[in-house]
Amino acid sequence: MPHSTDRADTIHSEAFLASLMRRQLRLSIACAAAFLVALLGLPLANYFAPALMATRVGGFTLTWLIVGVLFFPYVWLISGIFIKRSLKLEADEAKEVLK
Amino acid sequence: MSALPLAFLGGVDPWIFALSLITVGLTIYMGFRSAKSSKTAGDFFVAGRSVSVGWNASAISGEYLSAASFMGIAGMVMAVGYDALWYPVCYACGYLFLLLFIAGPLRRFGAYTIPDFAEGRYDSPVFRKIAVCFVLFIGFFYTMPQMKGAGTTLAYIFPGLPYWVGVAVVGAVITLNVALGGMKGITLVQAMQYWLKLFAITVPVFVLMAVFGGYGSNLGVNDGRVLTAPAISSSVEASLLAPAASSEIVRKPLGEKAPADAAWISPFGPLTTKAAKAAGLTPEQSKPYSLLYTYSLIIALVCGTAGLPHILVRFYTNPDGVAAKRTTMWVMILIGVFYVFPPVLGVIGRNLLPELYAATGAKGTDKVVLELPRILHEHYGVWGSILSGVACAGAFAAFMSTFSGLLVSMTGAVAHDVYGRMLRPNATPEQRMRMFKFAAIGIGGVSVILGSQVEQLQINFMVGQAFAIAAASYFPLLFMSVWWRGMTMKGAATGMLGGGIAALLCMTLINLNDLKMIDLKAFWAGHPLLRILCEQPAIWSVPLAIGLMIVVSKATSKDIPKDIRMKMLVLHAPEQLGLKNEYIQEHQAGAGH
Repeated sequence: MPHSTDRADTIHSEAFLASLMRRQLRLSIACAAAFLVALLGLPLANYFAPALMATRVGGFTLTWLIVGVLFFPYVWLISGIFIKRSLKLEADEAKEVLK
Repeated sequence: MSALPLAFLGGVDPWIFALSLITVGLTIYMGFRSAKSSKTAGDFFVAGRSVSVGWNASAISGEYLSAASFMGIAGMVMAVGYDALWYPVCYACGYLFLLLFIAGPLRRFGAYTIPDFAEGRYDSPVFRKIAVCFVLFIGFFYTMPQMKGAGTTLAYIFPGLPYWVGVAVVGAVITLNVALGGMKGITLVQAMQYWLKLFAITVPVFVLMAVFGGYGSNLGVNDGRVLTAPAISSSVEASLLAPAASSEIVRKPLGEKAPADAAWISPFGPLTTKAAKAAGLTPEQSKPYSLLYTYSLIIALVCGTAGLPHILVRFYTNPDGVAAKRTTMWVMILIGVFYVFPPVLGVIGRNLLPELYAATGAKGTDKVVLELPRILHEHYGVWGSILSGVACAGAFAAFMSTFSGLLVSMTGAVAHDVYGRMLRPNATPEQRMRMFKFAAIGIGGVSVILGSQVEQLQINFMVGQAFAIAAASYFPLLFMSVWWRGMTMKGAATGMLGGGIAALLCMTLINLNDLKMIDLKAFWAGHPLLRILCEQPAIWSVPLAIGLMIVVSKATSKDIPKDIRMKMLVLHAPEQLGLKNEYIQEHQAGAGH
């Protein structure tokens, strides 16, 4: 079947692999960046704005509230977005070569 | 205490004892029951690859929430305050890294274990042997805190029992369970144990908050106020009996060993400034050191989660990649919910049980989760004991499930890799099954011996060390192998060994020093920076591993596997394309092994 040989050629082409990895990596890095900016930014905020981060919010210090409670939903949000996008990405990739 | 052989039974609370016994009994019963239904070697290793998303997510969470999460975090938050919060956050969020960069590709590649992946990616049985070592290195570092959790809990239930007896008893029970049940039993048991642990931490937290005031209010009183310290402790008891319905939060005076409010509640407190303080630096001078410590800790925990061998193996028990991703999402939610609660117990413990600051080892802050609910005894009689019993049941679930999981992956490494692949490649399935049982007993024994030595180290701190080793060995290996096609076997091996062994040596040095087996106190006092870099090596060991991988791979670039494009396709192309089977066929035709 000439049709399926074409398909195999597409799948095994350098261009297909490169675009596959590039797209996946771009998505992963974007999500990781959103996460790392917050995670690595917190110690910096503690370091440079100690008074602000020590503001009391209902007994908590601001920084305790963020790290101890609010950070978890933030990470759920990022992973939810990632999973949705990456499943869509896979479906698109499969559709591209199987069409 | 009398000299009778049963003296250790004195002072045992029947409720706590009964609830703990039920947990242990149920775990063993379920292990034996499912042992009947697991027959083939495949069943033992990856549970036949047919576990649903809900079960698998609960089981991963159940396995992941170890003694460190259940007991250690609360103990550490109580002991050092804010700085300890990085542990629960990074334990939960490290999973995100696993999801973003490693889970999907590894799952598509399909292999039982990390050593399988290492061999398949580089077509190198030699590399498998190198990779297997780290399953054991990380595994033993991770079992030590579980054993401390076991010893601490048993010493709490039986006040007269020596620490090491608890370690030996729990170690023996779990080892037997694993040797007879394998992983199929454990999926079910661990899934149930997640829910038990969540129940056992949330119920005491909610009850304690209802009686003694909320999370925020209990934190709020840690504002440096001067406590009117009554000379006689009975008046403290009296103040505890006062109704807490009033807005005033009850707080007992801190002992001498407890950190002051300001240091405890603020970032850069006792944990991260310890080295600089020992060197005699002023608080202003020690702040940069604390920042460095904090970053290194974060890197170790986040990268380490993504390189834990006993967690990764679970991705293979999902039917497909979509299910693997959904599982990870659920795991993040399940463990994230859990991790909000242990610090609450640490905070309330600081206010109500400050006497724990004065004790060390199994009697110190690591047992606050177990001891705290008993305070209710004075208000509500037997309910305090029941709640404490629930907490003990949760602790048993915590160290039993994690220890089982570790034992399965370490035993798998020995039986499946060392025996089945290296020593006796032609072994029959019966021989392999028998080897699995022998290996389980041997590794369980070593774990008990190691665990009995570490009473003086904090549970959570030790788990952090296991993460630091994983962060410098498996994480760079997996991350780079998945995303960089220029990696060669030599590069991967050099980086993993360089980073991983450097971290391992640092940890060993720190532990020997902290256990007073060697004395480096004078040296550390003169070199606070070295102490921090040795205690938290991730900030240099992870880049070291990745750097070595790049440099050596570039130097040996002629060794890049010839079918690298196909391998990369299998790692990254959607599973619907069916490249996996194509790859296996080509590989068998070509390489012939």
